[in-house]
Amino acid sequence: MRTRTTFDQALKELQQDILKMGFCVEEAIAKAVESLTKQDMILAQSVIDGDALIDIQEMQIEDKCMKLIATQSPLAKDLRRIAAGLMIIIDLERIADLASDIAKSARRIGDQPLIKPLIDIPRMAELAQKMVGEALDAYVREDPKLAEAMAAEDELVDNLHNQVLRELLLLMMVDPSVVDQAIALLFTNRHLERIADHATNIGERVVYLATGERKELN
Amino acid sequence: MTQSKISVKNLNMYYGDFHALKNVNLEVEANQVTALIGPSGCGKSTFLRVLNRMNDLIEGVKVEGSVLLDGCDIYRPEEDVVNLRKRIGMVFQRPNPFPMSVYDNIAYGPRIHGIKDKRKLDEIVEKSLRAAVIWDEVQDRLYKSAIGLSGGQQQRICIARLLAVEPEVLLMDEPTSALDPLATMKIEELIQALKKEYTIIIVTHNMQQAARVSDVTAFFLTGDLLEYGKTDTIFTKPTDKRTEDYITGRFG
Repeated sequence: MRTRTTFDQALKELQQDILKMGFCVEEAIAKAVESLTKQDMILAQSVIDGDALIDIQEMQIEDKCMKLIATQSPLAKDLRRIAAGLMIIIDLERIADLASDIAKSARRIGDQPLIKPLIDIPRMAELAQKMVGEALDAYVREDPKLAEAMAAEDELVDNLHNQVLRELLLLMMVDPSVVDQAIALLFTNRHLERIADHATNIGERVVYLATGERKELN
Repeated sequence: MTQSKISVKNLNMYYGDFHALKNVNLEVEANQVTALIGPSGCGKSTFLRVLNRMNDLIEGVKVEGSVLLDGCDIYRPEEDVVNLRKRIGMVFQRPNPFPMSVYDNIAYGPRIHGIKDKRKLDEIVEKSLRAAVIWDEVQDRLYKSAIGLSGGQQQRICIARLLAVEPEVLLMDEPTSALDPLATMKIEELIQALKKEYTIIIVTHNMQQAARVSDVTAFFLTGDLLEYGKTDTIFTKPTDKRTEDYITGRFG
């Protein structure tokens, strides 16, 4: 006979909620960078405004986790599922904040001409977003191998980050009048690199959830 | 390597044809709390009773293998069972104080073991009641019947009664299953305090209780000791799928 059907259902819902939050976060990254490349202020504003909704999702999920701990006395993998959930939403929330910050950079640059064509930054954004997606996929499948494969991509993001950093430094040295915009782009560069790090953190939670082992990924 | 307080080796137990414990090997360290968990009928209470030969009187029981207490087999023919049960005492599910005064309950064991001096008995009674954290609640009614106390108090009287004969090992068979949450917490706190002096083995159906009070947990299933290890590991990362299923309530 099947026992704990109600609890299993609640765990499934928790997973779905985290997934939904994850989709919103992925969307925020994509829109934030698009608002920067297309210099679309309306899009930028929608990302900034949307952050509040993600914050609400985080609070609701946290609440759900606390109630499950209080009422279901989870142990072993159940406990790890809930603990991993609680930690994953912190990373997701941070990623959303970073996306919002990127949108703020877009707003700061506004419609002034870009000091350079944006090529590597969208590439980084695409990679970082892909990593977040894969981290969530690994979470749903509770698959530590997927999580590790995802974390390996962090190096690509780091390389691009360093490349963009050098390029912007050079531009600022050549022409100090670009400093203001270059700083906004530097922050964006940094934010994308951090987003990939948070995706890696999510991967580490997935490994813990699945195996009970703690492992540094990257 | 230090010697285990209790060392169970290749233990098999049969009730007639029924093979109740199957080749159990377990080391119980001194001054630790060991929790025995498992579904009803898995053999955990049977195992507990093997440890102070409570099964001796049951018809058709056969025990094979060895149970060493400080390296000495308690099933050897010359073992004095009365003395053994003084060294290894037991607390049961339902508090079972004798229908006599609190004082006489506690003094009962020491008297049987030959202590007659009133002052000495007074001393033992107070010391035991204090150790069982019940002294403050009963010091004004030592000569009234223990039956009038609450369930939680009665259980602590039973623990004090054990302590009065200065045991080394305390066996507890679901000691809080008949108690309310507050009384349960008092017993659990008491267990923590007592483990400094005694070695404790507790059978419990309450997973949270096992997780709270024990250092080591042993999971029994149909007479087998399936998994045995540090409590924090068993409850966060059990090795055996069946242990996981049992402690997370998904058995069967």
